[in-house]
Parts: sequence; C-alpha cells; structure tokens
Amino acid sequence: MIDPPRVELWAILPVLILFGGALVSLLGAAFARRSEQAPFALFTLAAIAAAAASALWLWDREPTTVLQGMASVDRLAVVGTLVLCGIGAYGTYLGFHYFERDEHRRNELYALLLFALGGMALLVAAADLIVVFLAVEVLSLALYVLTALTFRRGPTEAAMKYFLLGAFASAFLLYGVAMSYGAAGTTSIQGLARALVGTTGNQALALVGALLLVVGLGFKLSLVPFHMWTPDVYQGAPSPVTAFMSAATKVAVFVAMMRVLFVAFGPLQWDLAPAVAVLSAVSMVIGSVLAIAQRDVKRMLAYSSVSQAGFTLAAFVSPNRAGIAAALFYLIAYSAAVIGAFGVVMLISGGIQEQTGFDRFRGLARRRPVLAGLLTIFLLSLAGIPPTAGFAAKVLVFGAAVNAGYWPLVLIGALATVVGAFFYLRVVAMMTMQEPQGDDISDASPLPQLVLAVPAVSVVVLGIVPGVIVPLLQEAGVLTW
Amino acid sequence: MDAMPWLTLVIVVPLVGLPVLALWRPITDDAARWVGMAATLTTFVVSIGMLAAFETGQAGLQMVSKHAWVESVGLSWFVGVDGFSIWLVVVTTFMFPIAIAASWKVEHQVRRFMAMSLFLESVIIGAFLSLDLLLFFLFFEALLFPTYYIIGVWGSKRRIYAATKFLLYTMFGSAFLLVGIIYLSVQAGNQLGSITFDLTVLERLQLSAGQGRWLFLAFFIGFAVKVPVWPLHTWLPDAHTEAPTMGSVVLAAILLKTGPYGMLRFNLDLFPEASRYFGDSIMVLAVIGIIYGAIVAMMQTDIKRLIAYSSVSHMGLIVLGIFAFSAESMDGAVIQMVNHGLSTGMLFLVFGMLYERTHTREIAELGGIVQVTPWLAGAYVVAMLSSIGLPGLNNFVGEFLVLLGTFSIDRALASIAIVGVILSAVYMLWSYQRAFQGPLEPRWSSLRDLSWREGALVAPIVVAMLWIGLHPAPVLERLRPTAEQVVVRLDRFGPAGIGVEASDTTGEAP
Repeated sequence: MIDPPRVELWAILPVLILFGGALVSLLGAAFARRSEQAPFALFTLAAIAAAAASALWLWDREPTTVLQGMASVDRLAVVGTLVLCGIGAYGTYLGFHYFERDEHRRNELYALLLFALGGMALLVAAADLIVVFLAVEVLSLALYVLTALTFRRGPTEAAMKYFLLGAFASAFLLYGVAMSYGAAGTTSIQGLARALVGTTGNQALALVGALLLVVGLGFKLSLVPFHMWTPDVYQGAPSPVTAFMSAATKVAVFVAMMRVLFVAFGPLQWDLAPAVAVLSAVSMVIGSVLAIAQRDVKRMLAYSSVSQAGFTLAAFVSPNRAGIAAALFYLIAYSAAVIGAFGVVMLISGGIQEQTGFDRFRGLARRRPVLAGLLTIFLLSLAGIPPTAGFAAKVLVFGAAVNAGYWPLVLIGALATVVGAFFYLRVVAMMTMQEPQGDDISDASPLPQLVLAVPAVSVVVLGIVPGVIVPLLQEAGVLTW
Repeated sequence: MDAMPWLTLVIVVPLVGLPVLALWRPITDDAARWVGMAATLTTFVVSIGMLAAFETGQAGLQMVSKHAWVESVGLSWFVGVDGFSIWLVVVTTFMFPIAIAASWKVEHQVRRFMAMSLFLESVIIGAFLSLDLLLFFLFFEALLFPTYYIIGVWGSKRRIYAATKFLLYTMFGSAFLLVGIIYLSVQAGNQLGSITFDLTVLERLQLSAGQGRWLFLAFFIGFAVKVPVWPLHTWLPDAHTEAPTMGSVVLAAILLKTGPYGMLRFNLDLFPEASRYFGDSIMVLAVIGIIYGAIVAMMQTDIKRLIAYSSVSHMGLIVLGIFAFSAESMDGAVIQMVNHGLSTGMLFLVFGMLYERTHTREIAELGGIVQVTPWLAGAYVVAMLSSIGLPGLNNFVGEFLVLLGTFSIDRALASIAIVGVILSAVYMLWSYQRAFQGPLEPRWSSLRDLSWREGALVAPIVVAMLWIGLHPAPVLERLRPTAEQVVVRLDRFGPAGIGVEASDTTGEAP
C-alpha cells in the first residue's frame, strides 16, 4: 500500500495567490487591450495584499518543510514574503503612475510584476536547490521583459544584456546544483546539511558546488565581479521597474543565500566565510568607488546598489541569528530607501524619456522642496548617516561581522561608507546648494509624493527605534536543519 | 534621585521647535527666527538649571539616567554629567542663542537655517552628555549633516568644496571610531555575556595591551580629525572660512570641542595604559600643531583663515594639556576648551559683523577702519586679547594651567609650546594693525559702527571672558575633582615618559 504524496498547498498559499493573480491579470490584459489600467493596478494590489495576509497567517506555524521537502514553512519565509509584498505594492503603484502619466498604457506590467513577485516569494521559501533554480528563473524571465517594457532603444539593449548575462549566471547556478548533488546525493537543502556534517571525503566537490551557487546568486545580487550588467540595466529600465527589482531581487536572493550558506553548506561555513568576506569587501569598495565617477543619478544608484549588496553580504560571515537579523534589517532599510530614491528620481526625470543626468537635480530644493527633501532622506539612509535606518543597519551588520572575528572587513566597510557619503551627499549638495538649470520637467502630482513619504517616515522611524522590528527579525533568524 | 531629568531636557528642548520649523511651511522668516531664538534661550535656561543641580566637589558622574533604548542591539539612553562635560554644555547653550542672533540677517531659507541650527545644538549637547558609546557615536555622526548643510547652503563662494571636505575628513575619522566601538562592545559580549555600549561597564573590561593600544588608536583618529590634531587639520581652514558666521562660530566654539572631549572621556577612560603609552607621541604632535598653526596663521592674508589657523594652534594646546597627564594641565585643557569657544567664537562673530559691512576678508583691502568703527574695533581687540592670553581675561587662566602642568612633566615641550603662545600675540596684533589701523581706505569711510543689537550680542561674551579671567574658581572647583580622579587613575599605569609598569605588556605594540 503506497501512501499518496501529501500535497500541502496551504503552505505555499502566498506563492499560489501571486501566480494566480498573474494569470488572471494576463488574461485580462489580453481581452481588455489598451483600456483603463486602474482596474489592473487595483487588482494587483489586492492580490499582493492577499498574499501578504496569507503569509502572516503562516507566522505561527511550526517550522517544517512541505511538498516532499521542496518548500519550507518558517518565519524567515514569512518575513521575506511580507517585505517582498511591500516592495511589490510600491512597484505596482509607481509603475501605474509612470505609464498612466504618459497615457502609455502597458497592462502586461501587472502580470509580469506578479510573476516576478511570485518567483521571489517561492525563492524565499525554497527548501531545495532545484526550487531555488526554478524560482530564480521565474523571477529573472519576468524581470527581463519588464526591463524592456517601454520599447525604447536603451531599455531593449539593457534587457538583452541582462538576459544574456543572466543566462550565463543560470548556467553557473545549475552547475552548482549539479556539483552539490554529486557531493551529497541530494539537492534538498536540509539533506545537504545532513550529508555534509561529519563527512570528510566529498568536501572538495561540495565546496565547488557551493562556490558556483554563490557565483550564480551573486550575479542576481550584482556583487563584484558579477555586477557588470547592473548599471546598464538599472539605467535603461523604466524607473519603477528599477525601483522594484533593485529592492525585491536583493531581498529574495539574499534570503535564499541564507538558506544555501547557513543551512545547506553550514558544515562548510569555515571554508566559505573567507570567500564571502572577500566578495563583500570588493563589492563595497568597487561599488562605492565606481559610483563616484557617474554623472547620471540612476547609474550612480546602480553602482551604489552594488556596494549596498556588499554591505549586506558582510553580515553573512556571521552564521547565526544575529547575522541573519542584521542582514534582514539591512535589506529592509535598503529596500525602503532605494524604492524611495528611484521613486523620486522617476518623478523628477519627467516622462518616459527619462532625463536623469545630474543637471536635472541642480537647485531642485528651490523648485520642488518636497521631492528634494524626500530624496535627501533616502540618500542619507543609503549613506548610513544617523538618525536614519541605514545607520542602524550598518551598526547591526558591522556588529555581526566583528562578532564573527571579521573586524578588518568592517574597517573596509566603514571606509567604504566614507566614499559612499561623498557621492550620495553630492546629489544632496546639488539639490540644495546649487542654482537650478534648465526647465522644470518634474512631476508635481501630490499623490506619489504622499505615497513616497511613507518609506521616508519609516526610514527615519526605523533609524530612531530599530528595536520595533529587530526582535521579530531575530525570531525569523532561527533556521531549522 | 533628582526629580528633574535635566540632562535629557537639555538635549530635547532644542528639538521642540523643530517640527514647527520643519513642517509648517507658511511660517514667516521673522517667526522662524524667533522660534530659533526662543528654543535656544530656553535651552540655555535649562542648562543653568542643570548647573545649579550639579554638586560641586564631586568627581564622578552626576544626574545619571539610564534607560534601555534598543535592547536587541545593546543601545541605551545613558546620560550623565561630570566636571568635564558640564562646562562644555553650558558654553554650547550660551553660544547658540548668540550665534542665532548673529544670523538674524540670513535672508535665504530662514526656516531651514533655524531648523538645522536647532538640530545641531541638540546633537552637540547629546554628544557631550552620552555615556553610552553607541549613543555618543550616534550624536557624533548626526553632527555631520547639519554642519555640512549649514556650510554648504549658507556659506561663501567655495562652500560646497569646504562642506564636502569637512564631511569626508570627519567621516574618515569616525569610520575608525565606529569599528573601535563595535569591537569593544563585542569584547564585552564575550567577557560579560551580553553586548553593551555602557561606558561604565566597558572601562572595566580586560583588554590585552595590544588590543588596548589598537583600540586607542582607532578612537584617537576619530577624535583627532575633529580637534583637529596636526596633520589632520587641513579641513578646518576651509570649513571655517567658507562657513557663514553662524557656522564658523559654532564650529570653532563648540564643534571642535567634541574631539578633545572624546579623548578625555573615552580614550583616557577606556585605555589608560595605551594613553600612557602614546601620551608622549601625542604631546609632540600637539606641540607641532601649536607652532605650525601659529606660523601658518602669520602668513594668512584672509582674516577668517587666520582665525582658523589660530584655532589649530590653540587646539594643540588643549591636546597637550590632556596628554600631559597632570591635574593642572587637565584642568587647563578643559577650561581652555571653554575659553577657546568664547574667544574664537567672538572673533568670528565680530569679524562676521565687519564682513556684513565690507564683504571682504582680505587684510590688505581693509585698513584704518578703527577710525570709523571704534566700537567694532574695540570688540575685536577684546576678543583678540583674550585669544592671545592677556592676564585678566579668560585664556590666560587656561594657558597658564596647561603650561604649568606640562612644564612639570616635560620642560622641553612646554618651552616650545610657550613660543607658540608668544607667536599668537604676534600674528594677532600684526593682523589687527594691518586691518584696523593705519590710514583709512577711502571706500570704508562710511562704515557703520556696532549697532545696539550687535553690541548686545558681544556683551555677554565679554562678561563671561572677564568672569573666567578674574574669578575662575567657580569653573575650576567644579572640574578639578574630575580631573584629579582621572589623573590618579592614569598614574596607576606609570608616569608619563617612563613606560608601562603597572600593567601587562605582553601584547605586541602597534
């Protein structure tokens, strides 16, 4: 008598809701071509809200894996999904505003956003390397198309570049999965951990597998030296898409990285941590230094996101609750700031022919004090200057890394922060300390400003009282084997 | 247990006006100025309350209040005051209303100017009062942005360059400081089981000599940039010169003091052995700074730059006083922090008034203006004489104590430092002679003299200078016990210059 496999679909309800919403939205777009996009946006927001609610419902479940060890139910997945839903909601609203403004309606946006979000929600819950790979593919394919959504030359080129390098990265990822299978005879994340504990034989193979996985994920995270695509794609993609992908991809992939590094290859932690530290250090330094040379705000933010990924990765040398909580806090602070920053850039840069050169920003405080004020808050947080969340995040991450004995890494990070302060505050200086140039093409509609005030306020509140979420993140930082 | 949380109050009161200024956009410029004035004056009154509640003769920390803030990180709201910090807080609250009043003529974005000033005052006071290292660092870093903004928005021609330079230098220093603070708290976590930034706990940690020395250096770099200790001083002349009057006054009078204060509070307290170990080298740097600052000041053709370099020289004297490790020199250093705030603050203030009239900073373009503006020149003379260290005025007391204390420790260095003090008389008097005396430039013949408003701004500073100069006892008696306690503690780690006896020196020396 064979037991039928148990199909615990309730456990991946957020993912199912998002994919379901994506399919409905896609059909809707097919039948209602070029019509009003507001219903699509509202439907998407509703789907995201439902996914968030179902994720919350999973908070108190016993941590376990479901669907024959394919997906995990734990608080890390819940926190990851909630953060992703927040980012997704912002991406939806900004995208709606972006295309509505120019009457350039592209209703595929919503389906693609939901597909990407579904893939990310699956990624944060992945309990098997195969699922990691599938989820990364789903989210990547959606992002490639999103990048090219405006049919302009720049975005199309960016999407092509993203696609080619992304395919390359997928190959690394898959090769890493294969190596790991070769080393441990399983692709299950917990199974790998169990197989690797105490063995001495196949460590080399496992190590190669782990490093290949890090490379594959590192592409998605735009860690140096896998960051080449980032500036072109971030600059070329429509700003709302950039806002969404710069935040959401990092959250989802970093959460998957926690499971891969801390659980699957936890037994090899001592061998992997130095490699992680090196990646982190070069990303922090090179990202910051290259950002100095940029003359376009979107490119500058792209390089800054390279360096921010390096900062987040610094927490990964500390394989414990403190490290995971620090990384999660950093990701939340980063996401709020980066979505806000790209959101403001979108409003400042005028229409779909985005003009994001530095000249647009000169004297902005005189013309658009609210937008300039919001962008200042976001940039201060990215620079890590108190009293913003970015400062608290850096302290947490640095604390975790020093605790693991990596104080030289922290020193490099602290010095990279100085470089960061230079290029972030240069934009603030242009906005507040210089005279306006050229025409004012910025978008002064009140609603987006109000919407973007929410991340600004949360960045400040989290900077003053990080304690409101840190204990929750620490609870989410308990990973089961 | 004191019922009034004076320290928390004095940090928070300046912020009360902030929401009005930050959010209420239709506020008129005049109303914004008065909000700034009212908030800073109230803060001053509160700080006087704190001074009254301070128990003279006690060495330790007073009015301590500690509340957990972010428990998961180990951050606490832990404030307290002792003989070192009390006067720095009072001089801060004293100078701010004056600086605000001196900025009455700022026409451009008044609301933001006042908001930034109030925020700056709050975080400076916070830095002087925090006993939690992370809280201190929070305030210490939070200083940067308002200062950057004030210099960059309201400064003169090369303001953005100066503001950026200031920011980068200080952040470079604080990068080391932050790593040091985190390292120390992690050590606390290893030794005591929980991460904490509480100064009173951290000072009891067992550190090897090597650890202590590296950490000392990390902290020292952080503070040395702020002081600034030669050779990290190059941001200062630019920042002081390009800043608006308000910025120059606050930078010179108060902001620079966070550096030596940090050394006193944290370096000496946390790493006594390393302080002894590096004390001599730092004294040499300090003396180089004194002489170098004085010589470069002599060469300047721009009065604000001259005052700025005189600051480098004077701040060197303060550092010398701290690291001579005698009770007198330490008294002198602290009182000199107050004095330098008053005298350099007043120099910038009075020169700012002159600048509003002439719009030039070049000594060569001025000349003879004492004939048309005798009161303004008189005010400048008082500030200058105070800065030179004329007996009867405040700086004399501090300089004398520092030199006396240093002389008993190291005669050679003290003698060289005295040369620096003499040089200060040279550059100050010489510049005065060239800028204020001599034949009157025709184009200045219609300059207005000090108005009553301006006179009223300068008067309280002159009173304070005379008071400290003639009757320093009230200041000294509150700070001496603290200084003595610190010196006694340091003496357990061997007399300066002889090396280390009382502690293990097994660790490698950096």
